[in-house]
Amino acid sequence: MTLLAVENLTTYYKLKEGYVRACENISLQLKQGEALGLVGESASGKTTAALSLVKLLPDNAHVMSGSIRINGKEIAGTTEEELRRIRWKEIAIIFQGAMNALNPVRRIGDQIVEALRIHEKITDKEACRRTAELFEKVEIDPDRVREYPHEFSGGMRQRAMIAMAIACNPKIVIGDEPTTALDVMVQAQVLQLLEQLRRERQMGMILITHDLSVVGETCDRVAVMYAGKIVETGPTEKVFDEPAHPYTRALIAAFPNIEGERYLASSIPGNPPNLLYPPSGCRFNERCLHAYARCREEEPLFTLLSSGHCASCHLLEGRVRI
Amino acid sequence: MGLIGLAILTFFALMAIFGPYLVSISTLTVDGVTKVMHPPTEGFWLGTDDLGKDIFAGVIIGSRVSLLVGVAATAISMIIGTTIGIVSGFYGKATDALLMRFTDVFLVIPWLPLMLVMAALLGPSLGNIIFVIGITSWAGTARIIRSQTLSVKERPYVERARAIGSGDTHIMFYHILPNVFPLIFANTVLVAAVAILSETTLSFLGMGDPTQVTWGMMLHFAFAMGAVSFGAWWWLLPPGICVVLVVLSFTFIGYALDEVLNPKLRRRDQ
Amino acid sequence: MTGFAQTNNQNLLRVSNLEVHFAVRSGFFASLLTKEVALVRAVDGVDFTLGRGEILCLAGESGSGKTTTGKAILRLLEPTSGEVFYQDEDIRLFNRTRLRKFRQDAQIIFQDPYESLNPRQTVFATVAEPLEVNHICKSIKEKEERVEEALNDAGLSNPRELFMRYPHELSGGQRQRLAIASALVLKPNLIVADEPVSMLDLSIRAGILKLMVDLRDNKGISYLFITHDLSLAWLVSDRIAIMYLGKIIELGNADVVIKTPLHPYTKALVSVIPVPKRVSLLGKTLLKGETPDPVNIPPGCRFHPRCPEAKPFCREEEPVFREVASNRFGACHYI
Repeated sequence: MTLLAVENLTTYYKLKEGYVRACENISLQLKQGEALGLVGESASGKTTAALSLVKLLPDNAHVMSGSIRINGKEIAGTTEEELRRIRWKEIAIIFQGAMNALNPVRRIGDQIVEALRIHEKITDKEACRRTAELFEKVEIDPDRVREYPHEFSGGMRQRAMIAMAIACNPKIVIGDEPTTALDVMVQAQVLQLLEQLRRERQMGMILITHDLSVVGETCDRVAVMYAGKIVETGPTEKVFDEPAHPYTRALIAAFPNIEGERYLASSIPGNPPNLLYPPSGCRFNERCLHAYARCREEEPLFTLLSSGHCASCHLLEGRVRI
Repeated sequence: MGLIGLAILTFFALMAIFGPYLVSISTLTVDGVTKVMHPPTEGFWLGTDDLGKDIFAGVIIGSRVSLLVGVAATAISMIIGTTIGIVSGFYGKATDALLMRFTDVFLVIPWLPLMLVMAALLGPSLGNIIFVIGITSWAGTARIIRSQTLSVKERPYVERARAIGSGDTHIMFYHILPNVFPLIFANTVLVAAVAILSETTLSFLGMGDPTQVTWGMMLHFAFAMGAVSFGAWWWLLPPGICVVLVVLSFTFIGYALDEVLNPKLRRRDQ
Repeated sequence: MTGFAQTNNQNLLRVSNLEVHFAVRSGFFASLLTKEVALVRAVDGVDFTLGRGEILCLAGESGSGKTTTGKAILRLLEPTSGEVFYQDEDIRLFNRTRLRKFRQDAQIIFQDPYESLNPRQTVFATVAEPLEVNHICKSIKEKEERVEEALNDAGLSNPRELFMRYPHELSGGQRQRLAIASALVLKPNLIVADEPVSMLDLSIRAGILKLMVDLRDNKGISYLFITHDLSLAWLVSDRIAIMYLGKIIELGNADVVIKTPLHPYTKALVSVIPVPKRVSLLGKTLLKGETPDPVNIPPGCRFHPRCPEAKPFCREEEPVFREVASNRFGACHYI
């Protein structure tokens, strides 16, 4: 049951100097109850892609094209009115650094009640009851609804944000770097919670992260982004075990493996390209050790490697061994 | 907005620097011949005052002194304010407490009475006017700079400077000062506006140096000699308008600088 | 991984019972009413040594005191008590001149490559500043040569072309290399690296870590590598010290500590180290709760409230940090 189908989503930012091609031709699918990891480094376009789904972008961003369908229903061209209804009820977002996005002078419980009452016509009493329930779901003592953000630790605030996100029982939750700045143990706890909630409620989840380890621990499928484009996508095990795109291979190689040998991989030389003037051909060609003439001229298309696993690289056509 | 301000200011600056060379002093001498309190006519574009002196020449020559006083007083104020602000913010604790109490004194005393008292005590000379204005306007700057220093002091690169063995003075001059400089610059512009207005006020109230021609003095004499009842708008308006324009130009520049320096006010185009 | 053998046993650094305590107000209203101050025992009795050419990692979560320890051994923060011996001299007794000389030998690299460089200093000025402050070079030519050498050592190619650039013109990785160059220019023996790669992209991290290890191999620089990322610690360090709430609770050879952890906290941390496989967290037993505030350190063993193996005795007496096996140290009653 395809919950979310995104096709050829393209978003640009308008600057004085021109257009920054933040994400181009992004296509992805999400099934009910499935978790997709959107992995990329800084300026890969992953946050832009996710925010484009609910049009929560800055003023100078323009979604140039693309279709976004939730349960078959197209939402790409809808009005702001309709979008407001969709946000939070159907798709909820946990923003990056969300735990610092709580209003410090209002009680946490009140903020969740507020979110609930904006979207649903329920009484205050009912909202409070549901808030207490939500707290229990995210493993915070329900008596603490009356506390202020500064009385909660970082991990607890993140849980409160998760509670707020699932408050209206959305079908899809997008988490933008949900575990940044949290301690490793707390990260594990939060990720465990997210996976638990996802399975219970059969929600679709998109996790945006630069951290491959988060993907390994929570996502069924992964899409790797580089310079605004998806370069590889597939089931997590496949991508980890048999990465096809050179960028993915470099990322996996850089992932320290305590079950393997102790060695330091080399960095990828160079820097991500400036998306005002992206390179011609394959966007990774300037940093790719295997690049050849065609890579600079022609953008590669996706090659299907096995069920659900594909990557866009010229070297893969005809499955040439790298 | 900033460009308009800059344009106006440049106009007056040029007037101050070059103007006096273009105007003949003769029009400012009392010769008993020129018609007194005369509206604008040929030769006397802005008319004459009660002694027959050319108002147009007066405005031009006055610009030099008015601006000079403004600039000099601002310099004194900024140097005192910045030094106290940085030292206070950097050292903290007892030094900070002491310096800030001292600053509070100057912040709290109403500036006009203080200025009047000091001017009356020291006597009406240009030097004293500059001194008085400088002394009474540094307190606000000190507070702002101290606040910025407190935040810059915590930046990792300041800690790094300590780690490589820098002494306190080096850190204050080399790291803190350049990073509070934009704020200093923006603040200077506004202080200058206040300084010029203060000079005008003091002169208008009679505390100014009577031997100098400044816009404030012209206004002072205009009122004293009954220009209002006479209806001599050519005497009242020009100096007044000049002061207003100069102050406005500084304010516009101040706003523009604020927008440049404070990223939150900038239009989002990243 | 082991390029530089320790040629002598003389330790570069020996830390003994180091404590760094801060007094803080106990809350806004409380401080208005009483004179009560709360004590943050950020570092609460830490012992370790650092050999020449060794990379020792201080690993732990927030509140563990690792960064405070790193800064205290450089006297960027003043220790409250304890001793820090650098080449057998107690640095707490250094006067201004001696301290200045020490600062040339012991440098620091910060976590944030964006904030740890003065945005108004050019690349040249940043690297030359340590030389100027310590009055090292006699001529401009000499200064330029040393700056160029440092930038080269930090892996920045074509250094002369970079002299007039500003930090914001460089990428994150380049800025961190610049920070390293400005530490290297004084030819230090010891570098405290505080989370040097945690704010860099994954694809850049390896390069910086490799640089650090190469510098150790080629120049014999010792490192105190502070991090929360145990897999990085395992990759790069010779020995690891795991810290919790201001104390070291386990210390030993990196590979041994990670593969066979002894202390329950170490075991828990190791169990959540990610590997490049699809491994679900559901079904894993994770520690409950978070590290408590260093203002309220639990009595007895400070880890006992969260310890899955805690026994009644753990609540009563604090375990001593002692040698539990050859070259392995731990603080637990039951290891």
